[in-house]
Amino acid sequence: MAKEFTRPDGRKVDELREIEAKVGIVPNADGSAMFRSGNTIAIAAVYGPKKMHPQHQQNPAKGVLRCTYNMMSFSVTDRIRPGINRRSTEISKITQWALEPVVLLEDYPGQVIDVFIHIIQADAGTRTAGINAASMALAHAGVPMTDLVSSVAAGKLDKTLVMDLTKEEEDFEEGEGPTDIPISMTKDGKITHFQLDGKINAAQLKDVLDMTKDACAKVYEVQKEALKNSLK
Amino acid sequence: MTNERQITIPGEIIAEGEDYLPGEWTEKIDGKIYALRYGLLEESNKLVKVIPLSGTYNPRRGNVVIGKVESINFNGWVIDIGAPDNAFLSLMEVPRYVNKDALDEVMMIGDMVIAKIWEINKRGIDLSLKSRGLGVIEEGMIIEINPNKVPRVIGKEGSMIKLIKDQTGCNITVGQNGSILIQGDSIEKELSAKKAIMHISDKSYIKGLTEEMENFFKENMAKESIN
Repeated sequence: MAKEFTRPDGRKVDELREIEAKVGIVPNADGSAMFRSGNTIAIAAVYGPKKMHPQHQQNPAKGVLRCTYNMMSFSVTDRIRPGINRRSTEISKITQWALEPVVLLEDYPGQVIDVFIHIIQADAGTRTAGINAASMALAHAGVPMTDLVSSVAAGKLDKTLVMDLTKEEEDFEEGEGPTDIPISMTKDGKITHFQLDGKINAAQLKDVLDMTKDACAKVYEVQKEALKNSLK
Repeated sequence: MTNERQITIPGEIIAEGEDYLPGEWTEKIDGKIYALRYGLLEESNKLVKVIPLSGTYNPRRGNVVIGKVESINFNGWVIDIGAPDNAFLSLMEVPRYVNKDALDEVMMIGDMVIAKIWEINKRGIDLSLKSRGLGVIEEGMIIEINPNKVPRVIGKEGSMIKLIKDQTGCNITVGQNGSILIQGDSIEKELSAKKAIMHISDKSYIKGLTEEMENFFKENMAKESIN
Protein backbone atom coordinates (compact mmCIF):
# COMPACT_ATOMS: atom_id res chain seq x y z
CA MET A 1 0.00 0.00 0.00
CA ALA A 2 1.20 3.45 -0.91
CA LYS A 3 0.37 5.43 2.18
CA GLU A 4 -1.43 5.01 5.47
CA PHE A 5 -5.11 5.85 5.20
CA THR A 6 -6.14 8.89 7.18
CA ARG A 7 -9.72 9.59 8.23
CA PRO A 8 -11.17 13.10 8.01
CA ASP A 9 -11.60 13.40 11.78
CA GLY A 10 -8.21 11.83 12.54
CA ARG A 11 -9.58 8.64 14.10
CA LYS A 12 -7.79 5.30 13.85
CA VAL A 13 -9.46 2.85 11.44
CA ASP A 14 -10.99 0.80 14.28
CA GLU A 15 -11.77 3.74 16.54
CA LEU A 16 -15.38 4.62 17.33
CA ARG A 17 -16.68 8.11 17.79
CA GLU A 18 -17.21 9.37 21.31
CA ILE A 19 -20.23 7.49 22.68
CA GLU A 20 -22.60 8.39 25.46
CA ALA A 21 -25.72 6.69 26.76
CA LYS A 22 -28.41 7.49 29.28
CA VAL A 23 -31.67 5.85 30.35
CA GLY A 24 -34.88 7.24 31.78
CA ILE A 25 -35.10 10.43 29.76
CA VAL A 26 -38.78 10.29 28.73
CA PRO A 27 -40.87 10.56 31.93
CA ASN A 28 -44.15 9.39 30.35
CA ALA A 29 -42.71 6.26 28.74
CA ASP A 30 -42.45 2.87 30.45
CA GLY A 31 -38.78 2.86 29.48
CA SER A 32 -36.54 5.20 27.53
CA ALA A 33 -32.95 5.78 26.51
CA MET A 34 -30.68 8.14 24.64
CA PHE A 35 -27.67 7.02 22.66
CA ARG A 36 -25.14 9.42 21.19
CA SER A 37 -22.30 8.55 18.86
CA GLY A 38 -20.36 11.67 17.86
CA ASN A 39 -22.92 13.98 16.31
CA THR A 40 -25.61 11.31 15.90
CA ILE A 41 -28.20 11.33 18.69
CA ALA A 42 -31.05 8.82 18.99
CA ILE A 43 -33.84 8.77 21.56
CA ALA A 44 -35.92 5.63 22.11
CA ALA A 45 -39.13 5.33 24.13
CA VAL A 46 -40.87 2.04 24.96
CA TYR A 47 -44.57 1.72 25.80
CA GLY A 48 -46.19 -1.50 26.90
CA PRO A 49 -46.68 -4.43 26.83
CA LYS A 50 -50.22 -3.22 26.15
CA LYS A 51 -53.22 -4.50 24.21
CA MET A 52 -52.65 -4.59 20.45
CA HIS A 53 -54.86 -2.34 18.39
CA PRO A 54 -56.00 -2.83 15.61
CA GLN A 55 -57.23 -6.23 16.72
CA HIS A 56 -56.39 -8.00 13.44
CA GLN A 57 -52.69 -7.41 14.12
CA GLN A 58 -52.88 -9.33 17.40
CA ASN A 59 -50.91 -12.54 17.58
CA PRO A 60 -52.61 -15.08 19.88
CA ALA A 61 -49.39 -17.10 20.24
CA LYS A 62 -46.98 -14.37 21.39
CA GLY A 63 -46.51 -10.65 21.73
CA VAL A 64 -45.59 -8.32 18.92
CA LEU A 65 -42.64 -5.94 18.88
CA ARG A 66 -43.52 -2.81 16.92
CA CYS A 67 -40.69 -0.41 16.13
CA THR A 68 -41.09 3.02 14.61
CA TYR A 69 -38.04 4.89 13.39
CA ASN A 70 -38.34 8.58 12.72
CA MET A 71 -35.91 11.29 11.74
CA MET A 72 -36.77 14.72 13.08
CA SER A 73 -37.13 17.28 10.32
CA PHE A 74 -34.32 19.35 11.88
CA SER A 75 -31.93 16.41 12.33
CA VAL A 76 -30.09 17.03 9.06
CA THR A 77 -28.65 20.12 7.39
CA ASP A 78 -31.33 20.26 4.69
CA ARG A 79 -34.69 19.98 6.42
CA ILE A 80 -36.33 16.64 5.62
CA ARG A 81 -40.06 16.31 5.11
CA PRO A 82 -41.49 15.04 8.39
CA GLY A 83 -43.38 11.77 8.47
CA ILE A 84 -43.05 8.21 7.23
CA ASN A 85 -41.09 7.61 4.07
CA ARG A 86 -39.62 4.61 2.24
CA ARG A 87 -36.35 4.78 4.18
CA SER A 88 -37.89 5.12 7.64
CA THR A 89 -40.25 2.20 6.95
CA GLU A 90 -37.27 0.02 6.07
CA ILE A 91 -35.27 1.03 9.13
CA SER A 92 -38.28 0.45 11.41
CA LYS A 93 -38.53 -3.11 10.11
CA ILE A 94 -34.77 -3.66 10.37
CA THR A 95 -34.79 -2.43 13.98
CA GLN A 96 -37.62 -4.80 14.82
CA TRP A 97 -35.73 -7.74 13.30
CA ALA A 98 -32.53 -6.75 15.08
CA LEU A 99 -34.25 -6.74 18.48
CA GLU A 100 -36.77 -9.59 18.18
CA PRO A 101 -34.25 -12.42 18.79
CA VAL A 102 -33.48 -11.17 22.32
CA VAL A 103 -36.95 -10.11 23.49
CA LEU A 104 -39.02 -12.77 25.25
CA LEU A 105 -42.44 -12.17 23.76
CA GLU A 106 -44.02 -15.51 24.70
CA ASP A 107 -45.64 -14.17 27.87
CA TYR A 108 -47.55 -11.41 26.09
CA PRO A 109 -50.06 -12.98 23.66
CA GLY A 110 -52.35 -10.47 21.99
CA GLN A 111 -50.19 -7.62 23.21
CA VAL A 112 -47.75 -5.18 21.67
CA ILE A 113 -44.55 -3.54 22.85
CA ASP A 114 -44.20 -0.21 21.10
CA VAL A 115 -40.72 1.17 20.47
CA PHE A 116 -40.43 4.70 19.12
CA ILE A 117 -37.04 5.87 17.91
CA HIS A 118 -36.42 9.50 17.13
CA ILE A 119 -33.22 10.76 15.57
CA ILE A 120 -32.78 14.28 16.83
CA GLN A 121 -29.40 14.84 15.20
CA ALA A 122 -27.97 12.82 12.33
CA ASP A 123 -24.39 12.30 11.17
CA ALA A 124 -24.59 8.78 9.66
CA GLY A 125 -25.07 5.60 11.67
CA THR A 126 -28.58 6.56 12.74
CA ARG A 127 -30.03 3.06 12.45
CA THR A 128 -27.26 1.63 14.64
CA ALA A 129 -27.69 4.43 17.19
CA GLY A 130 -31.44 3.77 17.11
CA ILE A 131 -30.98 0.05 17.74
CA ASN A 132 -28.58 0.74 20.62
CA ALA A 133 -31.02 3.19 22.21
CA ALA A 134 -34.01 0.87 21.63
CA SER A 135 -32.23 -2.09 23.21
CA MET A 136 -31.50 -0.05 26.35
CA ALA A 137 -35.01 1.39 26.44
CA LEU A 138 -36.55 -2.10 26.26
CA ALA A 139 -34.39 -3.25 29.15
CA HIS A 140 -35.27 -0.11 31.09
CA ALA A 141 -38.98 -0.75 30.50
CA GLY A 142 -38.63 -4.08 32.30
CA VAL A 143 -39.26 -6.18 29.21
CA PRO A 144 -37.79 -9.68 29.71
CA MET A 145 -34.83 -10.17 27.38
CA THR A 146 -32.07 -12.73 27.02
CA ASP A 147 -29.45 -10.10 26.21
CA LEU A 148 -28.86 -6.55 25.04
CA VAL A 149 -28.19 -5.77 21.39
CA SER A 150 -25.26 -3.58 20.43
CA SER A 151 -24.90 -2.18 16.96
CA VAL A 152 -22.08 -0.60 14.97
CA ALA A 153 -21.68 0.26 11.30
CA ALA A 154 -18.51 -0.99 9.70
CA GLY A 155 -17.40 0.47 6.40
CA LYS A 156 -14.95 0.18 3.58
CA LEU A 157 -13.48 3.35 2.12
CA ASP A 158 -11.79 2.43 -1.15
CA LYS A 159 -9.95 -0.69 0.15
CA THR A 160 -9.54 0.24 3.81
CA LEU A 161 -11.84 -1.17 6.49
CA VAL A 162 -13.00 1.41 9.04
CA MET A 163 -15.51 1.47 11.87
CA ASP A 164 -18.41 3.82 12.57
CA LEU A 165 -18.59 6.02 9.48
CA THR A 166 -19.58 9.66 9.65
CA LYS A 167 -21.64 11.38 6.96
CA GLU A 168 -18.46 12.91 5.52
CA GLU A 169 -16.90 9.46 5.14
CA GLU A 170 -20.06 7.98 3.65
CA ASP A 171 -19.81 10.56 0.87
CA PHE A 172 -16.22 9.44 0.06
CA GLU A 173 -15.85 9.11 -3.71
CA GLU A 174 -12.28 7.95 -4.46
CA GLY A 175 -11.25 4.46 -5.65
CA GLU A 176 -13.91 1.85 -4.99
CA GLY A 177 -16.01 4.35 -3.08
CA PRO A 178 -17.74 3.76 0.24
CA THR A 179 -19.36 0.53 1.47
CA ASP A 180 -21.62 0.69 4.50
CA ILE A 181 -22.12 -2.43 6.66
CA PRO A 182 -24.34 -1.93 9.72
CA ILE A 183 -24.18 -4.96 12.03
CA SER A 184 -25.97 -5.68 15.31
CA MET A 185 -24.99 -8.40 17.72
CA THR A 186 -25.46 -9.63 21.26
CA LYS A 187 -22.78 -9.65 23.94
CA ASP A 188 -21.46 -13.08 22.92
CA GLY A 189 -21.23 -12.17 19.24
CA LYS A 190 -24.47 -13.63 17.89
CA ILE A 191 -25.50 -11.53 14.91
CA THR A 192 -29.09 -10.29 14.94
CA HIS A 193 -28.88 -7.89 12.01
CA PHE A 194 -26.54 -7.50 9.08
CA GLN A 195 -26.85 -5.16 6.12
CA LEU A 196 -24.46 -4.47 3.30
CA ASP A 197 -24.65 -1.55 0.92
CA GLY A 198 -21.83 -1.72 -1.62
CA LYS A 199 -19.21 -4.24 -2.63
CA ILE A 200 -16.80 -6.27 -0.52
CA ASN A 201 -14.92 -9.55 -0.98
CA ALA A 202 -15.35 -12.57 1.27
CA ALA A 203 -11.91 -12.33 2.91
CA GLN A 204 -12.45 -8.72 3.93
CA LEU A 205 -15.94 -9.50 5.20
CA LYS A 206 -14.40 -11.87 7.75
CA ASP A 207 -12.15 -9.04 8.97
CA VAL A 208 -15.20 -6.80 9.18
CA LEU A 209 -16.91 -9.28 11.50
CA ASP A 210 -13.88 -9.46 13.80
CA MET A 211 -13.58 -5.68 13.94
CA THR A 212 -17.32 -5.26 14.56
CA LYS A 213 -17.24 -7.76 17.39
CA ASP A 214 -14.65 -5.67 19.24
CA ALA A 215 -16.53 -2.47 18.48
CA CYS A 216 -19.84 -3.90 19.69
CA ALA A 217 -18.15 -4.95 22.93
CA LYS A 218 -17.19 -1.29 23.49
CA VAL A 219 -20.76 -0.18 22.81
CA TYR A 220 -22.08 -2.88 25.15
CA GLU A 221 -19.93 -1.58 28.00
CA VAL A 222 -21.42 1.89 27.58
CA GLN A 223 -24.98 0.52 27.45
CA LYS A 224 -24.34 -1.60 30.54
CA GLU A 225 -22.90 1.32 32.51
CA ALA A 226 -25.87 3.50 31.59
CA LEU A 227 -28.32 0.91 32.92
CA LYS A 228 -26.24 0.17 36.03
CA ASN A 229 -26.02 3.87 36.89
CA SER A 230 -29.65 4.62 36.08
CA LEU A 231 -30.72 4.93 39.72
CA LYS A 232 -27.88 7.10 40.98
CA MET B 1 -19.88 -1.48 52.47
CA THR B 2 -22.50 0.15 50.34
CA ASN B 3 -26.17 0.18 51.11
CA GLU B 4 -27.12 -0.04 47.46
CA ARG B 5 -28.27 -3.25 45.92
CA GLN B 6 -26.74 -4.62 42.75
CA ILE B 7 -28.63 -3.77 39.58
CA THR B 8 -28.99 -6.51 37.00
CA ILE B 9 -29.27 -6.05 33.27
CA PRO B 10 -30.67 -8.56 30.77
CA GLY B 11 -28.14 -11.18 29.71
CA GLU B 12 -25.79 -10.53 32.62
CA ILE B 13 -24.28 -13.54 34.44
CA ILE B 14 -25.34 -13.09 38.06
CA ALA B 15 -24.17 -16.37 39.57
CA GLU B 16 -22.00 -19.27 38.54
CA GLY B 17 -21.80 -22.83 39.77
CA GLU B 18 -24.07 -25.77 40.42
CA ASP B 19 -24.84 -24.65 44.01
CA TYR B 20 -27.06 -21.83 42.85
CA LEU B 21 -30.70 -22.16 41.88
CA PRO B 22 -32.34 -19.86 39.34
CA GLY B 23 -35.31 -17.88 40.71
CA GLU B 24 -37.74 -15.42 39.14
CA TRP B 25 -36.57 -13.64 35.97
CA THR B 26 -33.44 -15.69 35.68
CA GLU B 27 -32.34 -18.53 33.44
CA LYS B 28 -29.75 -21.25 33.99
CA ILE B 29 -27.64 -22.33 31.03
CA ASP B 30 -24.55 -24.54 31.45
CA GLY B 31 -24.26 -23.85 35.18
CA LYS B 32 -24.44 -20.08 34.72
CA ILE B 33 -27.38 -18.05 35.91
CA TYR B 34 -28.37 -15.19 33.61
CA ALA B 35 -30.65 -12.28 34.48
CA LEU B 36 -33.57 -11.85 32.10
CA ARG B 37 -34.69 -8.47 33.30
CA TYR B 38 -33.56 -5.08 34.52
CA GLY B 39 -33.94 -5.01 38.29
CA LEU B 40 -32.34 -5.70 41.63
CA LEU B 41 -30.37 -8.83 42.43
CA GLU B 42 -31.52 -10.83 45.42
CA GLU B 43 -29.92 -13.96 46.78
CA SER B 44 -31.16 -16.05 49.67
CA ASN B 45 -30.30 -19.67 50.48
CA LYS B 46 -28.49 -20.06 47.13
CA LEU B 47 -31.63 -18.99 45.28
CA VAL B 48 -30.83 -16.12 42.94
CA LYS B 49 -33.61 -13.92 41.62
CA VAL B 50 -34.25 -10.54 40.04
CA ILE B 51 -36.70 -8.08 41.55
CA PRO B 52 -38.05 -5.94 38.69
CA LEU B 53 -37.98 -2.15 39.08
CA SER B 54 -40.00 -1.26 36.02
CA GLY B 55 -42.65 -2.69 33.77
CA THR B 56 -46.39 -2.71 33.40
CA TYR B 57 -48.89 -4.29 35.77
CA ASN B 58 -49.33 -8.03 35.53
CA PRO B 59 -52.72 -8.88 37.08
CA ARG B 60 -53.04 -11.87 39.41
CA ARG B 61 -56.09 -13.44 40.97
CA GLY B 62 -56.84 -12.05 44.41
CA ASN B 63 -55.13 -8.69 43.84
CA VAL B 64 -56.84 -5.65 45.29
CA VAL B 65 -56.68 -2.89 42.69
CA ILE B 66 -57.85 0.69 42.25
CA GLY B 67 -59.42 1.42 38.88
CA LYS B 68 -61.50 3.92 36.99
CA VAL B 69 -64.94 3.25 35.51
CA GLU B 70 -64.50 3.33 31.73
CA SER B 71 -67.99 2.46 30.54
CA ILE B 72 -71.31 1.01 31.67
CA ASN B 73 -72.95 -2.08 30.16
CA PHE B 74 -76.43 -3.49 30.72
CA ASN B 75 -75.06 -5.84 33.40
CA GLY B 76 -71.99 -4.18 34.83
CA TRP B 77 -69.11 -1.78 34.52
CA VAL B 78 -65.89 -1.85 32.49
CA ILE B 79 -63.00 -0.70 34.66
CA ASP B 80 -59.52 0.39 33.65
CA ILE B 81 -57.04 -1.04 36.16
CA GLY B 82 -53.89 -0.32 34.14
CA ALA B 83 -53.60 -3.89 32.86
CA PRO B 84 -53.43 -4.80 29.15
CA ASP B 85 -57.02 -6.03 29.34
CA ASN B 86 -59.96 -4.04 30.63
CA ALA B 87 -61.54 -5.47 33.74
CA PHE B 88 -65.24 -6.15 34.08
CA LEU B 89 -67.26 -5.70 37.25
CA SER B 90 -70.57 -7.54 37.01
CA LEU B 91 -73.53 -6.18 38.97
CA MET B 92 -73.84 -9.65 40.50
CA GLU B 93 -70.57 -8.95 42.28
CA VAL B 94 -71.80 -5.79 43.95
CA PRO B 95 -73.03 -6.56 47.48
CA ARG B 96 -76.03 -4.21 47.50
CA TYR B 97 -79.27 -3.71 45.63
CA VAL B 98 -78.64 -2.37 42.11
CA ASN B 99 -81.42 -1.03 39.97
CA LYS B 100 -80.79 -2.56 36.55
CA ASP B 101 -82.18 0.53 34.82
CA ALA B 102 -79.91 2.90 36.69
CA LEU B 103 -76.45 1.37 37.03
CA ASP B 104 -74.95 4.86 37.10
CA GLU B 105 -76.58 5.51 40.46
CA VAL B 106 -74.03 3.09 41.90
CA MET B 107 -71.01 4.02 39.78
CA MET B 108 -70.69 6.63 37.07
CA ILE B 109 -68.11 6.82 34.31
CA GLY B 110 -64.99 8.38 35.79
CA ASP B 111 -65.61 7.13 39.34
CA MET B 112 -62.70 5.45 41.08
CA VAL B 113 -63.30 2.08 42.67
CA ILE B 114 -61.40 -0.34 44.90
CA ALA B 115 -62.02 -3.90 43.70
CA LYS B 116 -60.58 -7.36 43.91
CA ILE B 117 -59.58 -9.52 40.94
CA TRP B 118 -62.00 -12.42 41.10
CA GLU B 119 -60.96 -14.34 38.04
CA ILE B 120 -58.70 -14.05 35.01
CA ASN B 121 -59.75 -15.95 31.92
CA LYS B 122 -59.16 -15.55 28.22
CA ARG B 123 -62.08 -13.17 27.83
CA GLY B 124 -60.57 -10.79 30.34
CA ILE B 125 -60.43 -9.92 34.00
CA ASP B 126 -63.46 -10.19 36.31
CA LEU B 127 -63.66 -8.01 39.40
CA SER B 128 -65.64 -8.26 42.59
CA LEU B 129 -66.66 -5.89 45.38
CA LYS B 130 -67.70 -8.71 47.74
CA SER B 131 -65.08 -8.22 50.41
CA ARG B 132 -64.29 -5.83 53.20
CA GLY B 133 -62.79 -2.47 52.25
CA LEU B 134 -63.93 -2.62 48.61
CA GLY B 135 -66.26 -0.17 46.91
CA VAL B 136 -66.53 3.21 45.25
CA ILE B 137 -64.08 5.82 46.50
CA GLU B 138 -65.90 8.85 47.93
CA GLU B 139 -62.98 11.07 48.84
CA GLY B 140 -59.20 11.22 49.14
CA MET B 141 -56.17 11.54 46.93
CA ILE B 142 -55.04 8.92 44.42
CA ILE B 143 -51.41 8.73 43.36
CA GLU B 144 -49.70 6.42 40.90
CA ILE B 145 -46.42 4.57 41.33
CA ASN B 146 -44.84 1.76 39.37
CA PRO B 147 -46.67 -1.52 40.19
CA ASN B 148 -43.32 -3.27 40.72
CA LYS B 149 -42.60 -0.94 43.64
CA VAL B 150 -45.82 -1.76 45.51
CA PRO B 151 -44.11 -4.45 47.68
CA ARG B 152 -41.57 -1.80 48.79
CA VAL B 153 -44.35 0.60 49.82
CA ILE B 154 -46.10 -2.13 51.81
CA GLY B 155 -42.91 -3.49 53.37
CA LYS B 156 -42.37 -6.77 55.18
CA GLU B 157 -45.74 -7.76 56.67
CA GLY B 158 -47.00 -4.23 56.14
CA SER B 159 -44.27 -2.60 58.23
CA MET B 160 -43.63 0.26 55.80
CA ILE B 161 -47.24 1.18 55.20
CA LYS B 162 -47.88 1.06 58.96
CA LEU B 163 -44.98 3.46 59.50
CA ILE B 164 -46.40 5.95 56.97
CA LYS B 165 -49.91 5.65 58.43
CA ASP B 166 -48.61 6.26 61.96
CA GLN B 167 -46.38 9.17 60.95
CA THR B 168 -48.89 11.03 58.79
CA GLY B 169 -52.18 10.03 60.39
CA CYS B 170 -53.63 9.16 56.99
CA ASN B 171 -55.54 6.10 55.95
CA ILE B 172 -53.79 4.50 52.97
CA THR B 173 -55.05 1.81 50.59
CA VAL B 174 -52.47 0.39 48.21
CA GLY B 175 -53.73 -1.16 44.99
CA GLN B 176 -51.50 -3.87 43.51
CA ASN B 177 -51.71 -2.04 40.18
CA GLY B 178 -49.75 0.90 41.58
CA SER B 179 -52.66 3.20 42.39
CA ILE B 180 -52.61 4.35 46.00
CA LEU B 181 -55.50 6.00 47.84
CA ILE B 182 -54.61 8.41 50.63
CA GLN B 183 -57.34 9.67 52.95
CA GLY B 184 -56.46 12.18 55.67
CA ASP B 185 -58.05 14.90 57.77
CA SER B 186 -56.29 17.65 55.83
CA ILE B 187 -54.65 18.15 52.45
CA GLU B 188 -51.32 18.83 54.22
CA LYS B 189 -51.36 15.38 55.82
CA GLU B 190 -52.29 13.74 52.53
CA LEU B 191 -49.47 15.59 50.77
CA SER B 192 -46.91 14.51 53.35
CA ALA B 193 -48.03 10.89 52.90
CA LYS B 194 -47.70 11.34 49.14
CA LYS B 195 -44.20 12.76 49.60
CA ALA B 196 -43.21 9.77 51.72
CA ILE B 197 -44.54 7.26 49.18
CA MET B 198 -42.79 9.03 46.32
CA HIS B 199 -39.59 8.94 48.36
CA ILE B 200 -39.90 5.16 48.70
CA SER B 201 -40.54 4.88 44.98
CA ASP B 202 -37.36 6.87 44.26
CA LYS B 203 -35.19 5.06 46.82
CA SER B 204 -36.51 1.54 46.29
CA TYR B 205 -33.03 0.30 45.28
CA ILE B 206 -31.35 0.78 48.67
CA LYS B 207 -31.06 -1.69 51.51
CA GLY B 208 -32.72 -0.98 54.85
CA LEU B 209 -35.49 1.10 53.38
CA THR B 210 -37.51 1.14 56.60
CA GLU B 211 -34.61 2.79 58.47
CA GLU B 212 -34.22 5.25 55.59
CA MET B 213 -37.89 6.15 55.94
CA GLU B 214 -37.61 6.56 59.70
CA ASN B 215 -34.82 9.08 59.08
CA PHE B 216 -36.91 10.70 56.34
CA PHE B 217 -39.77 11.28 58.77
CA LYS B 218 -37.43 12.57 61.49
CA GLU B 219 -35.99 15.13 59.06
CA ASN B 220 -39.35 16.16 57.72
CA MET B 221 -40.97 16.50 61.11
CA ALA B 222 -38.01 18.65 62.21
CA LYS B 223 -38.44 20.88 59.14
CA GLU B 224 -42.16 21.24 59.72
CA SER B 225 -41.70 22.30 63.35
CA ILE B 226 -39.24 25.04 62.22
CA ASN B 227 -41.77 26.35 59.75
